[in-house]
Amino acid sequence: MRRIDLFLGFFKLGALGFGGVGPLTRRIVVEERRWLDEAEFAALLGLCQALPGANTCNFALMLGDRFCGPTGGLAALAGLLTAPLALLLGVASLFAAFAHNSDVRAALFGAAAAAAGLALGTALKMLKNLPRDAGMWGLAGAAFVAVAVARLPLPLALAALAPASWLLQGRGRS
Amino acid sequence: MNALLPRIFLRFAGLSLLAVGGAGAVLPEAHRQLVEGEHWFTSSQFAEIFAIAQTAPGPNVIVFPLFGWELAGFAGFCAAALGVLGPSSLLALALARKLRENADSPGLKRLKRALIPLAVGLMAANGAILARAADTNALAAVITFAAAGFVVYSARSPVWAMAAGALLAVAAERLGFL
Repeated sequence: MRRIDLFLGFFKLGALGFGGVGPLTRRIVVEERRWLDEAEFAALLGLCQALPGANTCNFALMLGDRFCGPTGGLAALAGLLTAPLALLLGVASLFAAFAHNSDVRAALFGAAAAAAGLALGTALKMLKNLPRDAGMWGLAGAAFVAVAVARLPLPLALAALAPASWLLQGRGRS
Repeated sequence: MNALLPRIFLRFAGLSLLAVGGAGAVLPEAHRQLVEGEHWFTSSQFAEIFAIAQTAPGPNVIVFPLFGWELAGFAGFCAAALGVLGPSSLLALALARKLRENADSPGLKRLKRALIPLAVGLMAANGAILARAADTNALAAVITFAAAGFVVYSARSPVWAMAAGALLAVAAERLGFL
């Protein structure tokens, strides 16, 4: 495995991953490049979900590091972000240039309403996949109320809810 | 040097270390700090910047450099990108080997499971805060509701819902409804 392969594999993921990169990551890493098998993929992704920071960025770093050391991790991360960040600069410059056009204002208004819906829909899908367990649903609800309704600072909400969730996960196990 | 840049870097570095469960989970806190704390953006600007970031491919974290771009141009873009990626990346690389060796440890699995319900609640909070900012009239509320349904019931790319919402709003504006 060379660093350039890591860069190119993750470049493809970044360039094609519209609306989030989750499902595409598995397809490229497991099926197409065969860097990891299913079990290794699930284990590494699980680690990244337990770490702070963007999940897919941490995944790129840790996969690259595994094959080529820290510089491999950076090559994978650079590959992942190059296309999205370049495109984003282009889109943002275009919006800035036409910021006073009434059609562009209206389009952005509609897109912002839709993007809020995307976030809500993603949350609903995550909720559908949550185990039917009163404790877990209660914690999800408590996190929502603490952050969206009570507008508590996130560190405070996490300090209260993360230990509660940790204890809940230990329930019934020795 | 622009005095804003170190502040941008520090804000986003702090946010990245709070991002348990991914970039979406920390957006409500970003709203609290950037809109209500620093007054760098209005609530509707915040929702619009999020929408612009959704039009580009790639991981959701790219919205953070875009906040920096709106504040201080390309330098702000770089400061925010370094902030949101730097500390969490160093942490991931520092812990990579140790974590890989202990990937099957009960403690890590338990931590991962414990974070799942919190990530769900935080993503829902993100949606609610964005909807509150974006839905200033009935048309916007309908678009939000329809886009949420699209994500739940369709396997197609969410970019289609964004395009439909934008076109609908332009049509409404041309017809004088907006």
